[in-house]
Amino acid sequence: MSQGVIEFWQTMYRNKKAFSGMIILALFIFMAVFGPMLATLDMTVNFEGRYESPSFAHWLGTDYGGRDTFLQLVYGSRDVLQIGLFAAMFTLVLGFVIGAVSGFAGGKTDTVLMFITNLFLTVPSFPVLMIVAALVQIKNPIMFSFILAAWSWAPLARAVRSQLLSLKNREFIIACRIMGLKTPYILFREILPNLTPYLAINFIMAAQGAIVASVGLMMLGLAPYSPTNWGMMIQLAVQNTGGIFNPKGYIYLVSPIMCLGLFQMACIFFSNGLEEALNPRLRT
Amino acid sequence: MSLSGVLKRIAVSLITVFLAMLLTFFLLRMTPGNAIDAWARDFATQRGMSLDEAYRQITAMINYNPKEPIFTQLGRYLGGLLHGNLGMSMIYQNVSVNEIIANALPWTLFVLSVSLVISFLIGINLGALMAFKRKTILDPIISIYAILTSSVPNFIVGILLLVIFSFQFGWFPVNGAYDPIVEPGFNLPFILNVLYHGALPILTYVITTIGTWALTMKGSAVNVLGEDYIVAASIRGVSERTLMNRYVRRNAMLPLITTLAVNFGFMLGGSPLIENVFSYPGMGYYIGQATQQRDYTLMQGLLLVTSLAVILANLASDLIYAKLDPRVKLEEG
Repeated sequence: MSQGVIEFWQTMYRNKKAFSGMIILALFIFMAVFGPMLATLDMTVNFEGRYESPSFAHWLGTDYGGRDTFLQLVYGSRDVLQIGLFAAMFTLVLGFVIGAVSGFAGGKTDTVLMFITNLFLTVPSFPVLMIVAALVQIKNPIMFSFILAAWSWAPLARAVRSQLLSLKNREFIIACRIMGLKTPYILFREILPNLTPYLAINFIMAAQGAIVASVGLMMLGLAPYSPTNWGMMIQLAVQNTGGIFNPKGYIYLVSPIMCLGLFQMACIFFSNGLEEALNPRLRT
Repeated sequence: MSLSGVLKRIAVSLITVFLAMLLTFFLLRMTPGNAIDAWARDFATQRGMSLDEAYRQITAMINYNPKEPIFTQLGRYLGGLLHGNLGMSMIYQNVSVNEIIANALPWTLFVLSVSLVISFLIGINLGALMAFKRKTILDPIISIYAILTSSVPNFIVGILLLVIFSFQFGWFPVNGAYDPIVEPGFNLPFILNVLYHGALPILTYVITTIGTWALTMKGSAVNVLGEDYIVAASIRGVSERTLMNRYVRRNAMLPLITTLAVNFGFMLGGSPLIENVFSYPGMGYYIGQATQQRDYTLMQGLLLVTSLAVILANLASDLIYAKLDPRVKLEEG
C-alpha cells in the first residue's frame, strides 16, 4: 500500500504538467480555505476609491464601488470551490449508483434506467439548468451544486455501467455471488474499489464542468446570491458597471477570468496526470 | 443498412421526443401559480373585464390552467402540441411562442452550422497534418492551443472578443443579427450585413472548437496510418500527398462525422451564453430573456424545440454514418 502511494507521487512528480496542475490546485484550495481568515473584505461602497490602480494596499486595484478586487477573488474562490466540490460529489454518487445498479441488475431495470439516462444525455442540459434556476431560487452553494449535479450524472452513469458489464463476470465477483453476499456489499466493497481511479478522474472533470456551468448561470444573472463568486464578478463587470465600456474597469473584468482559466487548466493538467498515474497502461 | 434498423432508430427517437415533452410539461408545473394570477389581474384592468373572464382567456392563450387536475392539464398540453400550438408568450404579449421560435431558430442554425463547418474543415486538415508531420513544432503548438481553449469557457472568449473588437476598436457591431437599414431578402447587402453581424459569434465558436477537432482527428489519423493498406500504398510508391488526401484523411474523418451531431447539440446547449453576450436574437438569446423575465410558456416552447433539434441531429448522424460506413450495422447500436 505505502509503496503504491510512493509510486503514485513519483509518477505525479515526474509528469511536469500534472505536477504544476497539482500545485496550482493546492494554491487555490489554500486561498479558499485560509484566505478569508487572513484578511477581511470590506464590501461597503466607497466612491472616492473607485477604479484605483494596483498598489500595495490593493493588489489588483479596486472595482466600480471602491472595493478591493483581489480580496473579492479570494472570498469568491471559497464559493466557487464549494460548488465544484459538492457538485462533483453529488454527480459521482448519482452516476455511480445509477450506472452500477443498471449494469449489475440487467434486464428490465437496466432498460428503464438507460432510457432515462439517454433522455438526460439528449436534452441539452444548460437550457434546462437555466429554467430550473429561474423556477427555484438558488440561495446557497449546496443547493446550487445539487441542481447542477441533477443534470450532469448521465454520461458518468453510462460509463460506469459499461465498466460494470465487464467487471461483473470476473471470477472474484462471481465468487462473491456464489458466497451469497448481498448486492449492496458487492457494489460498494468489491466493485467500487476497482473503479476508484476512474471515479477520481471523473471527480475532477465533474468539478470543472460544474464550475463552468455555475459561472455561466451567474453571468446570466440567474443565481445572484454571492457578489464575490467569480461568475457574479464577471456579470457585474459586464452588465452593471460598464466594465467593458470603461477601460479602468478592465482589471476587474479580467482578474476573475484569469482565475477561472487558470483553475480550469490546472484541473485538466491534474486529471491527465492522474489518469497516467492510476492507469499504468497509459505510461510510455 | 437494413430497414428494420432504421425504423428501430426512428422509434427510439420518437419515444425520446415524447419523454422530452413530458419533461417540459413537468418543468412548467413548477411554475408558481401566482404568476398567472398576477397576469390575470393586469389583463383584467387593461381590457376592462372581470377577473374570471381574464383568467379564462389567459388559460386559453397559454393552454395551461393550474386549477385543473394534472391529467387534464397533460391532455390539454399534448393536444396543443399536436396542433403545433405552444401558446402565447407571457412577456411579449400578443406574440405567440411559435412566431418567436420561427424568427429565432434560423439565426441560431445559421451561426451554428457555419461555425461547425468552418471549424470542422480547419480542424480535420490541421489534425491530418499533425499526424503526418509528427516531429515538427506543429503538434505541440496545437496541443497547447487546445488545452488553452478548453480551459477558458467559450462565452468568456466571446466577452473578450466583444470587448476587444466591438468596444475597443469598434470594428464589429455589439448586437442584433442585421441592421434595420438593409432589406431582408436574397440580396447582397443583406447577406453581407448578416455575415458582418454573425462574424464574432461564429469566430467565438470556431476559436474554441478547432483545437479539439484537430486533436481528435490526429488520434484517428494516427490509427489509420498504422493500417496495412497505408503501408502497402506507401511501398507501392503512392506519393505522400495522395496518401494524405485520398487514403488517410477520408478514412480518419469517418468517426468524426458522428461527433458532428454531438457537437451540434453541445453548441446548441451553450448558445444561450454566446447569444446573450452578443445580444444575437437566436433561440439561446430568447431562452435567456424568458428565464430572466420568468416567461414560462416561452421557456417551455424553446426548451422543447431545442431538445427536438438535438434529437433530430443525433438521428441524422446515426443514419448518415451507417450510410457512409458499411461496416456499421444499425441493429448493433
